[in-house]
Amino acid sequence: MGILGGQRRFEGSGEGALPHGDVGTRVAAAEVTPRAEQSVLTSRRWVTTMLTLAVASLLVMIASLRFGTEEIGFVDSARILFGALRYGETGIDSLGPSSVILLQVRLPRVLLGFMVGSCLAAVGVGLQALLRNPLADPYVLGISSGAALGAAVAMLVGFGKTVLALSAISFCAFLGGLSSLIVVYRIALSYGHLPIHTLLLAGVILNAIFSALIMFITSTMNPNRSFGMMSWLMGTLAAPDYPALIVLTVYLFVGGLILFMQTRALNILTLGEESARSLGVEVERVKKTVFFTSALLSGAVVSVSGLIGFVGMVIPHAVRMMIGPDHRLLLPASALVGGIFLLAADTAARTLLAPAEIPVGVITALAGGPFFIYLLMSRKGGLAR
Amino acid sequence: MTTSSKSGTTPAYKVTQLTFSYRSHRDRSRSSEPEWSLKGLTCDVGAGEIFGIVGPNGSGKTSLLKLLAKVLRPQTGKVELFGRELEGMRQDAVARTVALVPQDGQQIFPFTITETVLMGRFPHQQRRGSLGGFGWEGPEDLRLARQAMEETDVAHLAHRLISDVSGGERQRAVIARALTQQPKVLLLDEPTAFLDLNHQLEICAILRRLNEQQGLTVVLSSHDLNLVSQHCDRILLLKDGTVFRLGTVEEVIQPDVLETVYRCEVLVDRHPVSGLPRVTLPSRPAISMVHRIER
Repeated sequence: MGILGGQRRFEGSGEGALPHGDVGTRVAAAEVTPRAEQSVLTSRRWVTTMLTLAVASLLVMIASLRFGTEEIGFVDSARILFGALRYGETGIDSLGPSSVILLQVRLPRVLLGFMVGSCLAAVGVGLQALLRNPLADPYVLGISSGAALGAAVAMLVGFGKTVLALSAISFCAFLGGLSSLIVVYRIALSYGHLPIHTLLLAGVILNAIFSALIMFITSTMNPNRSFGMMSWLMGTLAAPDYPALIVLTVYLFVGGLILFMQTRALNILTLGEESARSLGVEVERVKKTVFFTSALLSGAVVSVSGLIGFVGMVIPHAVRMMIGPDHRLLLPASALVGGIFLLAADTAARTLLAPAEIPVGVITALAGGPFFIYLLMSRKGGLAR
Repeated sequence: MTTSSKSGTTPAYKVTQLTFSYRSHRDRSRSSEPEWSLKGLTCDVGAGEIFGIVGPNGSGKTSLLKLLAKVLRPQTGKVELFGRELEGMRQDAVARTVALVPQDGQQIFPFTITETVLMGRFPHQQRRGSLGGFGWEGPEDLRLARQAMEETDVAHLAHRLISDVSGGERQRAVIARALTQQPKVLLLDEPTAFLDLNHQLEICAILRRLNEQQGLTVVLSSHDLNLVSQHCDRILLLKDGTVFRLGTVEEVIQPDVLETVYRCEVLVDRHPVSGLPRVTLPSRPAISMVHRIER
């Protein structure tokens, strides 16, 4: 309410400051009021948008639980979920085979899909602001493949895929992601600017190198393991066990919160690093924080779901078009929309060719690739910047 | 360098033996002598002055402005801002005292002018200790932004995208952003470059008004010697990263001084209204005369 009052006073003060406030200015002020709501982010708009998206996320999650090789109705789902909540693990078996599917396979996968999408979109928002480039994305810039290389090396060396080793693989993925992010940044940086084409080219080259190395690693493995590796690389959301899910949740929340703390500074950073510094932003600190967190989240995501592309680019872009560029809202809203998008894509991946499964990375790439091309075409004039 | 600042109080800036080089930032490993942008520059800017920085391309004007805003860090030497050493100040503390209007302010994201102007409140919001991403513009922030936008005549563009307006409008919006920082010193890098005549005049009028009414110290760099001579209290003429001449308009805008620095012939006469020095380039016959003399 306080903000609403402020908004009014903001409009009012304009008239007050003009003693000769004739009809013309008053008309202008009246005309301006509804658009002013849009122009400045208020707590009311933030809460409304986030609540709407949260409800939408819940609905999509519930809908996704229904679809799959085995269709489970909403009523059954609700019965199983409440049953599980009431009786705990022991009571599950009494609810029949569909309860096992729902609780052991579908629910964790739905949660995983949502969180992976959220992470990718949030990282995309952070990178786009930091690199002042709406085409930035962990996949396009080679950060994901760096993380994948790290994870592949970890698997090759033999950390294995046991529960404890998951963190080891994630850690190597994080290191891989972080180093490729730093390399891309160093390559693209010229005289304090980050030209868009150098950035993309650096990403392309890194992607090529990392892919070659990953393929080399895969080729040295025995066929059984290399098949698993290939399907992981294509981006799949295999149902994780609950401990792994909890680890990822912690990653997402801590990382997301850290990124969210930087959103005000990210707004300023879109003006360029030197302008941001002159406005009081500790640029180096913000940059390091966002880079580090992005690499951490990318590493966590890649180690559980492989290479899922374009979510980090398409979602922030689409959300920005809808709600504006203010990162205080853009970041959390993109995280939710990213979750919804990947969940929908994964549901399609599970059901389109059921009982066979399409890797979800294929679907996101097929949806995101053309969008990327469209953006590139529409920016032709400004590409050289 | 006989003239001192206007008032006897603490100068806005006291710059001592400043050296700066872009190159040594990037390749420290190279043993060769770096190209210095500034070589041991010493000067001062009085509080409440309009201070002009002129000099040929690459003489260090932009570097100096960025060093004054702590956007860049000097290799050696120091900058004191109202008696406090810049190096020891937090970035947001500097931004509450000094605002920089840079030359290139491109924005690729669709921020409106209001949003852009409100970004000037960032250093003050930092002081209030707003919780990172949480925190909204308060009524006071909105009032100051509105006031600054009226000051620079962009209030009617409040909801237009900053990337959509003309160069002059964008420049005024960036000045409005700088004003919402509530600075004591305003630094401007070539504020009138690329602007047509009436927009140049507008910017000058805004700066003069702010200087006279609010006592704002204005430091601007420019290639336009006439703009500087008509509006500035003192002028710093740079050559190869050092002070060539620092003084009043009359002391700096002299034919022999300018000819040495810019290596071309200039005519200096009097502005018909203000009576201040006016610089003109030689006309066509004069150019041919120069050639004839050289032959």
